[in-house]
Amino acid sequence: MRKLALSDEILLSVDKPARYIGGETNMAIKDPADVDIRFCMCFPDVYEIGMSHLGIQIIYDMLNLRDDIYCERVYSPWTDLDRILRRENIPLFALESQQPVKDFDFLGITLQYEMCYTNILQVLDLSGITLIAADRKEGEPFVIGGGPCAYNPEPIADFFDMFYIGEGETVYYELMDKYKEWKASGQDRASFLKMAAKLPGIYVPQFYQPVYNNDGTLADFKPLVPEAPAKVIKQVECDLSETYYPRKPLVPYIKVTQDRVVLEIQRGCIRGCRFCQAGMLYRPIRPRGLSFLKKRAKEMLESTGHEEITLSSLSSSDYKELKELVYWLIDEFKDKGINISLPSLRIDEFALDVMSKVQDVRKSSLTFAPEAGTQRLRNVINKGLTEDDILNGAMEAFNGGWNRVKLYFMLGLPGETYNDIEGIAILSDKIARQYYTIPKEERNGRVNIVTSTSIFVPKPFTPFQWAAMDTKEQARQKRDFLLSKVREQLNARSIKYNCHDADVSELEGVFARGDRRLGNVIRQAYENGCIYDAWTEYFRPDVWNMAFKDNNLDMEFYLRRERAEDELFPWDFIDIGVTKEFLLEEYHNSKAEIVTPNCRSQCQGCGAAKFQCGVCIEKR
Amino acid sequence: MKARIKFSKTGSMRFIGHLDVMRYFQKAMRRAGVKASYSQGFSPHQLMSFTSPLGIGLSSDAEYLDITLEEGDAPQAMADRINAVLNDEIRVKGFTYIKDNAKPSMAALAACDYLIALKSGKNNKFADKEFTRKQIAGFLLQDKIEVLKKTKKLEKLIDIRPNIYYMADSLNDYRKCISKELAEDESFCIDKECTGILYCGLAAGSVLNIKPGLVMEELCKYSGIEYNEFDYQMHRLEMYAEADGKLIPMSVYDVV
Repeated sequence: MRKLALSDEILLSVDKPARYIGGETNMAIKDPADVDIRFCMCFPDVYEIGMSHLGIQIIYDMLNLRDDIYCERVYSPWTDLDRILRRENIPLFALESQQPVKDFDFLGITLQYEMCYTNILQVLDLSGITLIAADRKEGEPFVIGGGPCAYNPEPIADFFDMFYIGEGETVYYELMDKYKEWKASGQDRASFLKMAAKLPGIYVPQFYQPVYNNDGTLADFKPLVPEAPAKVIKQVECDLSETYYPRKPLVPYIKVTQDRVVLEIQRGCIRGCRFCQAGMLYRPIRPRGLSFLKKRAKEMLESTGHEEITLSSLSSSDYKELKELVYWLIDEFKDKGINISLPSLRIDEFALDVMSKVQDVRKSSLTFAPEAGTQRLRNVINKGLTEDDILNGAMEAFNGGWNRVKLYFMLGLPGETYNDIEGIAILSDKIARQYYTIPKEERNGRVNIVTSTSIFVPKPFTPFQWAAMDTKEQARQKRDFLLSKVREQLNARSIKYNCHDADVSELEGVFARGDRRLGNVIRQAYENGCIYDAWTEYFRPDVWNMAFKDNNLDMEFYLRRERAEDELFPWDFIDIGVTKEFLLEEYHNSKAEIVTPNCRSQCQGCGAAKFQCGVCIEKR
Repeated sequence: MKARIKFSKTGSMRFIGHLDVMRYFQKAMRRAGVKASYSQGFSPHQLMSFTSPLGIGLSSDAEYLDITLEEGDAPQAMADRINAVLNDEIRVKGFTYIKDNAKPSMAALAACDYLIALKSGKNNKFADKEFTRKQIAGFLLQDKIEVLKKTKKLEKLIDIRPNIYYMADSLNDYRKCISKELAEDESFCIDKECTGILYCGLAAGSVLNIKPGLVMEELCKYSGIEYNEFDYQMHRLEMYAEADGKLIPMSVYDVV
């Protein structure tokens, strides 16, 4: 029988005890005594969210392929167990062995969104790991961060021994080998950090010193030791068909957000939307081979028993062999009771054909993400979706029996006017009008349009990294204005408007483009009780405001300034391939409302070609 | 064709709720390549039903599920195939084909047997066999055992005495109470560190379902011992259907 870290009393008094017992189907089982390296992989949010993340599954599988490594998992305990662990002084434990995280060699934390930063401190604290990396003692785990937020790691730099800038498939084995070498040598903690700093993609924050100007902007950012490179280069897995990808993904007992087989068909995106960080970070686009995908889809469905498979990518329609793949999946699996789900698909004839085969038309909805309400603003953000695309796609769908449409927009985009905001209401209405051109007797009831807006947050490594962000008040005014405009529309009763909370977006905006001084703010907010900030019910703006005030930092500085073109950014020491010059040119293009063609139609020389793979070396 | 699967649930699986166990079995059937029948429609699901949900925290030697199959092998081969994809704490203990017109076991359920044990590290007077024997005898001699049953709207007193079919303080006495054979050295898959206190047979089903915790709480009251639910491991031993006034183990009820 597996020995559990928590007593029956505790497990029976918390919500969803299955979050803490491990033992899931396809879990790696090893004897910790038999391995050289114990690696604990952490997603700093609740189990159901963390377990839905593909990246962890890839690295978990990859590390466990090696006999000398045991990779285990830990997630943020929910607030009920958090209180119990503190009260009873129980150290946070990994799910597999149920043993304390502090006894591991590595704690790897994936950084998927800024609002999980206090949860990182929660995990460190509950584990009994020293919060500040530079203060950690011999024998404590090395804490390593990775994922999208590692592309501006500065706000959380104090808490990490190192960050890995790049895709997990490439450097981890080498890092593990160096670690074994170091362990055998009996040298001190700092020597390992120096060895690691020499590896491509590894950033060791304590080896760098930021210097600030009087106005708070960055004056200089320099390595302090010869082992630390001035530029850390993003590491890219060039061949995504010949690499690690789980054959036997973990299958949780409880229902999690992504309760299905996830097949990543390609990485990167050719579109170049100017607000999108992923679109720049993961350049160049690299499709996986069709036969690789077919093989893995079959293996994963057989080994998990999942009843659903979903294709994952930033823009599935840009996968050249999509038709072949999707029809193959339908032929192979549809009559075995397996659902096929296809997010991020451009609505066209093919998409509608597939959707009619795999979904119940009466229950499913069409999704469009125009992001902006007018063609002018869509040109500003380089979102190559036209009103005709949307209206024609919708019309085809309406003729096919659909009557539900979901629309996604952003408020607060650079260069936005009230005219553009009104455009959101008008576009929503036009779609409804389109529906009512169908003769009454052929309609499938009323049309149902759900229009949602989120608040634009400028991110590093995008053309909008120079742009100012709206204030909460501006965001509220815009939201109210849009609501009033939606109500003025002819089909107002068919349109439902949803919007996002502005408080959380502001904090996200600060951390996204923040610097190392924010570490103290995050620490203070955590020490005053902030965790699970992404969860509205736990978000405490008053505590955050106090933490900024006490540390003499102003959120306005990070949010409201349009940055000077020559400003040195805290993330400029990272080289993602795409150059700052290209991003600036794109910023200028956005102001001039000039559309930039996608990578496949015309190379713009963004800089990603230095990786010599994917679309950059495709034959044209 | 329809089959009935008997399985055990122990250890950490005690913390997996009923609906999640159902999901677990649905995925396990696919992994095992068992050809289950599916419902019609756009989101088809396996035709599978559980006899009686087991509360979180309880362990069991005898959970049952009925499943409709497109095709199937010899019972032992089927059990082996499914066991090959299950974890160590949920095991198939029996696989039998049941009649096509079999009453759903959920509807046929009439009684359940439980073993109640003190958890490792817990101790009270019930650890004393002689004490327990006397208390059980006296407890069962009561004319009425009234408990307050709370529903959404009202509270009312109900007498659970008629729904306690038997109680025994030893395996030998339990053996005499039940309508099936137990091996001389019968052992149950309850956590080995628990100390068994008593065996009982209680009314079960959709009309009236008596939980072992409720009986233990009443016995504690009767014996003047403070009841703490975390002290006891409740372990289900068997489920029964009723036919001609007799309790028949679910594993042999309506079988082909």
